[in-house]
Amino acid sequence: MPVVVAEDVRKSFGSLTVLDGVSLSVSEGELIAVIGRSGSGKSTFLRCLNGLETPDSGQIIVAGHALAPGEEALRALRQDVGMVFQSYNLFPHLTVGKNIELAPRLVKKIGKAEAADIARSVLAEVGLAEKYDAFPEQLSGGQQQRVAIARSLAMRPKVMLFDEVTSALDPELTGEVLKVMEGLSRSGMTMLLVTHEMAFARKAASRVVYFHQGRIHEQGPPEEFFGAPKTPELQQFLGAVL
Amino acid sequence: MPSLVFSDVWAQFDTLLSGLLQTVWISAVAIVLGVVIGVLCAVARSARSRLLRVLAAGYVEGMRNTPFIVQLFLVFFGLPGLGIQITAIQAGLIALTLNLGAYSAEIIRAGIEATHRSQIEAGAALGLRRRDILLHVVLLPALERVWPALSSQFVLTMLASSILSQISVEELSSAGALIDSRTYRSMEVYIILAGFYLGLTMLFRLSFDLAGRFLFPRRRAVAVRR
Ligand SMILES: Nc1ncnc2c1ncn2[C@@H]1O[C@H](COP(=O)(O)OP(=O)(O)O)[C@@H](O)[C@H]1O
Ligand SMILES: [Mg+2]
Repeated sequence: MPVVVAEDVRKSFGSLTVLDGVSLSVSEGELIAVIGRSGSGKSTFLRCLNGLETPDSGQIIVAGHALAPGEEALRALRQDVGMVFQSYNLFPHLTVGKNIELAPRLVKKIGKAEAADIARSVLAEVGLAEKYDAFPEQLSGGQQQRVAIARSLAMRPKVMLFDEVTSALDPELTGEVLKVMEGLSRSGMTMLLVTHEMAFARKAASRVVYFHQGRIHEQGPPEEFFGAPKTPELQQFLGAVL
Repeated sequence: MPSLVFSDVWAQFDTLLSGLLQTVWISAVAIVLGVVIGVLCAVARSARSRLLRVLAAGYVEGMRNTPFIVQLFLVFFGLPGLGIQITAIQAGLIALTLNLGAYSAEIIRAGIEATHRSQIEAGAALGLRRRDILLHVVLLPALERVWPALSSQFVLTMLASSILSQISVEELSSAGALIDSRTYRSMEVYIILAGFYLGLTMLFRLSFDLAGRFLFPRRRAVAVRR
C-alpha cells in the first residue's frame, strides 16, 4: 500500500495555474527527489500534501488520511506528516529542547519527562545532543536545520517532507544536513524532498521526479533519470544544472 | 537665589511615605490588569469576528485620542451618575487600567504583526491547534519582542497616576501638595517629589527587567539584539 497518493491534483492562484494535474504514488520507505525550475510548482505540491495549501481539485491520501477540510482532520494528517522548511522556522523564543517538546506535549499530551526523553533522543539522532539548552540563534544554519528535522521526528511521522532544506546553507554546512537525511532514509523513513542537490538525488533517491509547468513531466530511478533523460525539457534542465 | 531648607519637608516624611506606597500599589494593580486587557484587545483586533475587531479598535482609539484627565473625570463623575457608587481610588484604578489597556494593546499588536507567516506554518505543520499556535507561536514571542516598549508604557502609567491627585486620591503627588500647603516650601517639596518619582521609575524599570528575564528565558541566555 502506498504511503502517499496524489491523484490529478490541481491548484491555481488567481489566473496562475500552479499545479496542472499532478499524480504521484509513493511506497513506504521510498525517497522521492523532486526537482525542477523555480516556479514549476514543487513547493506548492509539497504543501498540498500536508494541507498548508488546499488543492482546487484532485485527491490526496497521506499515511492513511485523506486530505479534507476542517481543523481536526488536518491535524490528524499533520501528526503523521513531518515538514522541514528552507528557512528552518524554529521558534526563536524557545530553547532547542522546548522547540522539540512543544508539539509532543501540546498535540500528543505527552508528559514533561517523557517529552524531554524524546527530545534528547531525536537530538542524538541528528548529532546535536549537547544543544538541548541552546537557543536557535546560538546555532549555525546547518545545526538549526538539523534541529528542525529533529523537531519533526519527535512526532514520529510516517512521512517527511523537505522543501529545499539546504538551499539557505553555505556549502560546507549542506553536507551535515544531507547526511542526516540519508541516515533517515536508510532507517526506512518515507521521504519527499525538493532539492537542487543533484549529486544527493542521484545517490540517495529511489526515484527522481521532474516538475515542469505544474506537471510531473518525467520521472524514474536516478540512474535512468540522470543517465538517459527522455524528454528534451529534462535534458535541457539537466544540461543547465549539472 | 533663596536658600533651600529641606528640614520642614523631611519632618513630614510619614506623609510622603504613605503617598509613595499608595502610588506603588495603585500603579502595580493598574499595570497587571492593564496588560491583561492589552493582550485581550490585541488578540481581539486580529480576531475572525468583525464585531470583536471593531469593538477593540474603537476602545483603543477612543482611549488613545482623549486626555487621561478627561477619562478619569468621566469615570469618577460619570459612573455615580449611572448609579454606580465608587471611591476615588477605584475610579483612579479603573481609568489607569483602561488607559494602559489601550496603549499596551497597540504595542502588543505591533509585536503580533511582526510574526512571520512561516512561524505559524511551522506550528500548523506540527499539528498544533489554532489556539496553541496563537499562544505559543504568536503571543509569547510577541510579548518578548515588545517587552522593552511595554516596560516604558508601564512607567508612564506610574507617572500618570500623579493625576489621580485631581480626584483627591492620596498618592505621592497629593502628599507633596499637602506638605506644600503646610510648610510653604514649594521648591523643596517638588524637588523631593521629583527625586521620589525618579527613584520609583528606576525601581520600576529594574523590576520589569527582572520580570522580563524571568518570563522570557531567551533574554537571560542571549543578549537580545534589535
Ligand atoms: N500563495 C501564493 N499566492 C500566489 N502565488 C503563489 C503562491 N504560492 C506560490 N505562488 C506562485 O506559484 C508558482 C509556483 O510556486 P512554487 O510552488 O513555490 O514553485 P517552486 O517551489 O517550484 O519554485 C510561482 O509562480 C509562485 O509565484
Ligand atoms: Mg519552492
